[in-house]
Amino acid sequence: METMMRKERIDRGLKVRTEGIYAINSAREILYLMGPRLLLIAGLLALPFVFEFAPYWKRVINIMCAYALLAIAFDFLANYVGLVCLGGAFFTGIGGYFAAIYNVNLGLPIYLSIPLATVSGALLCTFFLLPCLPLRGVYFAIVTLMYPLLFTRIIEALDIFGGTNGITGLDSFPNPYLEHYAIIIIALVFLFGMRRFVNQDVGLVLRGVKDNDQSVKASGINVTRMRIIAVFVASFIGCFAGAYIAHLYMWAGISLFALDFSIIPIASVVIGGGGTLVGAAIGAFILVPLSEILRAFGTFRIVIYCIVLTGFIVFKSEGIMIYLQRKYHQFERWVKV
Amino acid sequence: MSAEPILSIKGITKTFGGLKALVDVSFDIEKGDVFGIIGPNGSGKTTLINCITGFIRTESGQVRFRGKDITGWKPHKIADMGIARTFQIMRPYYSLPAFKNLIIPLWSPRARKTGGWRGGGKHGDRDTVAVDILEEIGFERDSRVPYKLASTLPTGYQKRLELARCMALRPDVIFCDEVFSGLSMSEIAGMVPLIEKMKSEGITLIMVEHRLRELFKVANRVMALNFGEKLTEGEPLDVIENKQVREAYLGSEGV
Repeated sequence: METMMRKERIDRGLKVRTEGIYAINSAREILYLMGPRLLLIAGLLALPFVFEFAPYWKRVINIMCAYALLAIAFDFLANYVGLVCLGGAFFTGIGGYFAAIYNVNLGLPIYLSIPLATVSGALLCTFFLLPCLPLRGVYFAIVTLMYPLLFTRIIEALDIFGGTNGITGLDSFPNPYLEHYAIIIIALVFLFGMRRFVNQDVGLVLRGVKDNDQSVKASGINVTRMRIIAVFVASFIGCFAGAYIAHLYMWAGISLFALDFSIIPIASVVIGGGGTLVGAAIGAFILVPLSEILRAFGTFRIVIYCIVLTGFIVFKSEGIMIYLQRKYHQFERWVKV
Repeated sequence: MSAEPILSIKGITKTFGGLKALVDVSFDIEKGDVFGIIGPNGSGKTTLINCITGFIRTESGQVRFRGKDITGWKPHKIADMGIARTFQIMRPYYSLPAFKNLIIPLWSPRARKTGGWRGGGKHGDRDTVAVDILEEIGFERDSRVPYKLASTLPTGYQKRLELARCMALRPDVIFCDEVFSGLSMSEIAGMVPLIEKMKSEGITLIMVEHRLRELFKVANRVMALNFGEKLTEGEPLDVIENKQVREAYLGSEGV
C-alpha cells in the first residue's frame, strides 16, 4: 500500500529559545535575532559605495528608496488599517508641489522646504481624503485613485503652478552623499519606526479597525478618528518621498502625479509580502532596479513586468519576505500520515 | 420604582423597507436589573439592541440614559457614556492574541477616564490589566490560552472575550446579545456565575436570550417581543405564563 507523506513544519530550536527576552544569553542567539536586521541596515548604507563608479545606478538607489517609502505607506494602510490606497501618486504629487512652492516661490532652503512640505502635504492629503474615511468598502480606493488624475487635469486646465511645464529650479542637494544618505536613513527610520508603531497600543487599535471596526466602535473609540491618524501617518511618509523626488529632479511637474507612483508600490508589496513592512521595502528594492534594467527593452518591458508579477501572484502569493521568514524560523520534513 | 430609571426607552420604531422590525417598543430599566428580552427568531431583539446602542438609526422613539437623551448618538459616544454591548456573532480581533484584544477597549477614552487601566507607567501596563480582566472572566492566567490568537480560541472563550471587552470599559450597562447560544451545557454552567458576578458588582445587564432556563436563573425582569411588538413585561414566571407569549413560542423549545 502506498504511504501518504505530508510536509511538517517545525520551529527551529533557536527561534523558540529566542522568543522571550530572558532567553538571550549567547552571542549566537543575539546574532540570530539581530542578523537579518543588521544585514539590511548595513547593506543599504553600503549601497552608495558599492555603486561608486556607476553614477547612473547611484541615482537608482535614491528613487528605489523613495519607492520603498511609498510601499511601506501602502502596506501600512492596506494590511494594518484596512484602507486600500490606490493613489501613492497623490502623496508624491502633493508633497512635491509643496516642496517646489516653498523652495522656489518662497525661497526657503532645502532643509526647511522638505520637512515643511512633508507636514503640510500630509495635512492637505488627509483633508482631501476626509469625506471617505467614515465609509467602509471600496470608496477610499476609488477616491485615492481619482485624486492624482483630478489634480493633473486641474493643473493643466488652469495653468497654475507652471502648468504642464511644472515648477523648475528647485535647489539640489549640496552634495551627492547627502542626497543618498538623506533618503536611505529616512527610509530605515520609517521602516523600523513603523514596525514599532504597529505594535504600540495605538497601532493595535488601528489593527483592530482593520479586523473589525464594529467592535472598535462598541469599545467607545471613534473609528473615523483612528482612520484619520492612519491616513496622516501614511501621507506623511508619501509626501516626504514626493518632496525628496522633487528636489532630486530639481523639478515638480504633473509627472509627480503619474500612475507609476501608485502602481509600483502596490506591486512591491505583492512581491515582498503584505503585512510585513520590510517585505514592502524589499519588494521595491527588487522591482525598481528590475524596471531600470528592463528599460533597454523599451515598451516591451511592461510585458516582462506583467509576467514577473503574475508569476509571483500565482506561485508565491505570500511574497518573498513571508517565505524567507518561514525558512529562517522553521524547518520542514516529510512525515508519514 | 424608586428614582429615575437608568435606561428609559420610549416608542422605538424601526422598519427595513416594508418589514416592521420594531413597533413602538417602550420599557424602563432600573439600576441593577438583569433584564431579559425574549422572543422567537426574527422578533426584533437584536435590532432593538442595535437601535439603543446606536448601530442603526431609529425612525422614531427616544432612548434616555440617566435622564439624558442619547437617541441617534454615534455608537462610540454611547459606549463612552457607559453602555457596552456584545455581538451575537462574536467579533474578536482575529489577528491579535486574546489579551491584546483588550488593549483596544483599554485604550478608549472611557477606560482612561474610569481608570480601567492604572496609567502612569510605560508600555506593558495595559497588558497587565488586560490579563487581569481575562483572568476575572475565566481565562487561566498561567495557561497559554490568553496568549493565543483570538481566531484559534474555541467558541466558549470567544464569548468570554466579548464580555471581557465590555468589562474593560467599566460600563454601567451591558447589553448581552445571546451570550449563551452556541455553547455546550458545561460552558453555559461556567458563564452563569460570571453574569451573577457582574450583577453583584452593580452592573445593569440586558440579556437577549433563547436559553430561557438559564436566563430565568439570573433575570429579575423579562420582556417578550414578537414581530417587533412588545407582548408583555414583568416577572420571569408571569411572562412565560402569558398566553400571547406561549402562542408566539408554540412549537419551539418550552420551559
